[in-house]
Amino acid sequence: MDEITEIINITADPYAYCRKYKEETGKKIVGYTCSYTPEEIIYAAGALPFRLFGTNEGIRLADANLQSYCCSLVRGILEEGLSGRLDFLDGVVFPHTCDSFQRLSDIWRINVIHQFHIDLVLPVKLNTASARQYMIDVLEKFKKDLEHALSVKITDAMLSDTIKTYNQIRALMRKLYAIRAQRLKIISSRDFHNIIKAAMIMDRGLLLKSLSEIIRQMENAESDKIKSGAKRIVLAGSVCSHPDIYDIIENAGGVVVWDDLCTGSRYFDGVLDEKVPPLAAIAQRYLDRPICPAKHAGLTDRGENIVRMVRESKADGVVFLLLKFCDPHAFDYPYIKEMLDKENIPCMLLDMEEQLPAEGQLQTRFETFVQIL
Amino acid sequence: MKKQILEFLKTILIFSFGKFKKFTLHFKKTKTMKDMMIVYYSEAKSARLTGKKVAWITSGGPVEPLIAMGIIPIYPENYGAMIGASKMGGGLCEKAEAMGYSSDLCSYARADIACATINGGPLQGLPKPDMLVCCNNICGTVLKWYEVQARYFNVPLFILDTPICHTEYTPEIARYVRSQFDEYFAFLESACKRKFNYDRLNEVLLRSFRTQVLWQEILDTATNKPSPMTAFDAFFHMALIVTLRGTSEVIDYYTALLATMKDRVTRGIGAVPNEKYRLLWDNIPIWHRMKWLSQKFASHNACLVADTYTSAWCGTLKYVSGDNPIYSLAEVYTRIYLNIGVDEMAKMIIAMIDKYDVDGLVLHSNRSCKPYSFGQLDIQRIVEQERGIPCLMIEADMADERSFSESQISTRIDAFMEIIKERKETSKK
Repeated sequence: MDEITEIINITADPYAYCRKYKEETGKKIVGYTCSYTPEEIIYAAGALPFRLFGTNEGIRLADANLQSYCCSLVRGILEEGLSGRLDFLDGVVFPHTCDSFQRLSDIWRINVIHQFHIDLVLPVKLNTASARQYMIDVLEKFKKDLEHALSVKITDAMLSDTIKTYNQIRALMRKLYAIRAQRLKIISSRDFHNIIKAAMIMDRGLLLKSLSEIIRQMENAESDKIKSGAKRIVLAGSVCSHPDIYDIIENAGGVVVWDDLCTGSRYFDGVLDEKVPPLAAIAQRYLDRPICPAKHAGLTDRGENIVRMVRESKADGVVFLLLKFCDPHAFDYPYIKEMLDKENIPCMLLDMEEQLPAEGQLQTRFETFVQIL
Repeated sequence: MKKQILEFLKTILIFSFGKFKKFTLHFKKTKTMKDMMIVYYSEAKSARLTGKKVAWITSGGPVEPLIAMGIIPIYPENYGAMIGASKMGGGLCEKAEAMGYSSDLCSYARADIACATINGGPLQGLPKPDMLVCCNNICGTVLKWYEVQARYFNVPLFILDTPICHTEYTPEIARYVRSQFDEYFAFLESACKRKFNYDRLNEVLLRSFRTQVLWQEILDTATNKPSPMTAFDAFFHMALIVTLRGTSEVIDYYTALLATMKDRVTRGIGAVPNEKYRLLWDNIPIWHRMKWLSQKFASHNACLVADTYTSAWCGTLKYVSGDNPIYSLAEVYTRIYLNIGVDEMAKMIIAMIDKYDVDGLVLHSNRSCKPYSFGQLDIQRIVEQERGIPCLMIEADMADERSFSESQISTRIDAFMEIIKERKETSKK
């Protein structure tokens, strides 16, 4: 498929894509750090929202600002900022999530000064009326900050248009997951991972077109509806920046059918209500959507959500990807494991450092896990 | 059944002992920290008997509404410090790790989570909570920690969400936090099943602010040369400003302490016998090495005259409005030291360097506290640029003593003190 080839080209070198995009369209590019970023507002402002994935390799500069006990995600993003490789960005948005990202914003503001810098201090609680109101208030403030930074006026009509686009994109992403969960062989895990990544990089209008075409072709494809016999797995964690994991799981006889990841279902879950004022719709989606553990929407919210996810995707087990030094996820793991145990859903924990364990070792661990499923 | 009777008898014993202590305290001219803590904990531990409610609350949380409602506040973080100081941190953390909690998590949280499940730890454990009050102005960790405890004890959890003020305290934040204070009062009404007493709260707040003024005055005596107290003394005496500010006993205690410090100043008595160098401490103390560190610095004639930690409990007095203390609460609790940007923290450190006239800065890079520690490397750079004083960063953990490398840190302190001595010699010439 041409669309997939294009996507692979984009994810292979996202920075080159951005530079070229800027040159060709003259549009601004705004970096962001997590799925609580209201991309809709950035896109409505005529700019391209670009997710910062950081780097896992060759950390030289960030060590001068961050101690050894900071997670590789925050460190990797800072490294990219300090290196100058992100000089095509016009600005960066830091939504508030965990303590490490909170300080990353400060360190960035002090050390990476050539771009505009917006803090989006979201509520941590998502289940009260005052938090809902505050969420709308800060989105309103964010809109104003962005208008000021980009010298544009963002109207409700522009926002409504964007909301429609995002609803379509997210619906297609969910469909992509659903088709794959049914017909595993229809797309390779690597291509699948690349599409998810590209969704946070490329022009969203083009993305919508490519996604529609990819899914149209998938639906028409004759490919194997036969069961592959592979064990169905849900991935849970913050981000998965190691696409190899998908392949290793497949080689071990499993297949990832759904996920609870910031760079996965949490990114595209939830529908924006097109009948309410745009900012209220964006706020409401964040309140309804499965949460990041740095947020609070009840005491067992995440556990229940993962159990439901396993049931709905008919998964056999859960693999937790725990990024070393990620406090919110590490705090949640014991209780969610307990909930899964009660439901007789097997799970395994994979501690992730900057580098993955050797492939052979990892495959053996997955094989052992798949065998008990 | 037998076990329950024994538990009951034990509670009566604790209760009677506490009452007796409190009674004798009336006649004591100077109350010691130990006496006050015994009374406090025995009252808390016999709360079931007296029908009082117990709330666990985070160290930066608003305690005044609890005191106004006659609820006994308990501080797991204060307890964490106690665990650290008694070197029980390692063992308890290990237990939490066996429960599935990563060894990279906050050691206070790990120790407390483990301690709740056993009959052990200092004071044989904390009294069980009737409710939990979590204010995230100090970190996001407390939210996760209190979620764990709310599930374990199955009690209501109130979260006071105080958005970080990276560069400003916005009107949006002010509105949000103010409305949450109303929710907090309503939460306490429903927990206690009686009306919230606003007059009482005003009285408690006035006492609390007065205590904070007193605390600042005590810390300020360290501007004298020699300093009558060290940061290690402040770490010791801070327990009351954290736990019981707003009660009159604490005002008495700090009034007496201030008088002692002033007297020492008049008589020229320094906390470090031969004070030659003055240092500033950043971050939470290394509780399991207090004595060692204090002796180590004293052996170099260095006095840690001030710190960023204990001063956090009086740092927001500037936001108090005399006319409407309840209205000030939102700002006072949101704009505390840790809930601001790193650059603003650096500014405050520089102001302290000037105020206390210090020769060097010691930064505890605390594996257990990311919001306090990330940014320290920038603070260090800013301080070195703006004030040109030597800085030393020590990597350790506040309550988990297992990975502390004494000999390495000792060597680094020696080297740091050498630089300070040289600098001071050169500047004299």
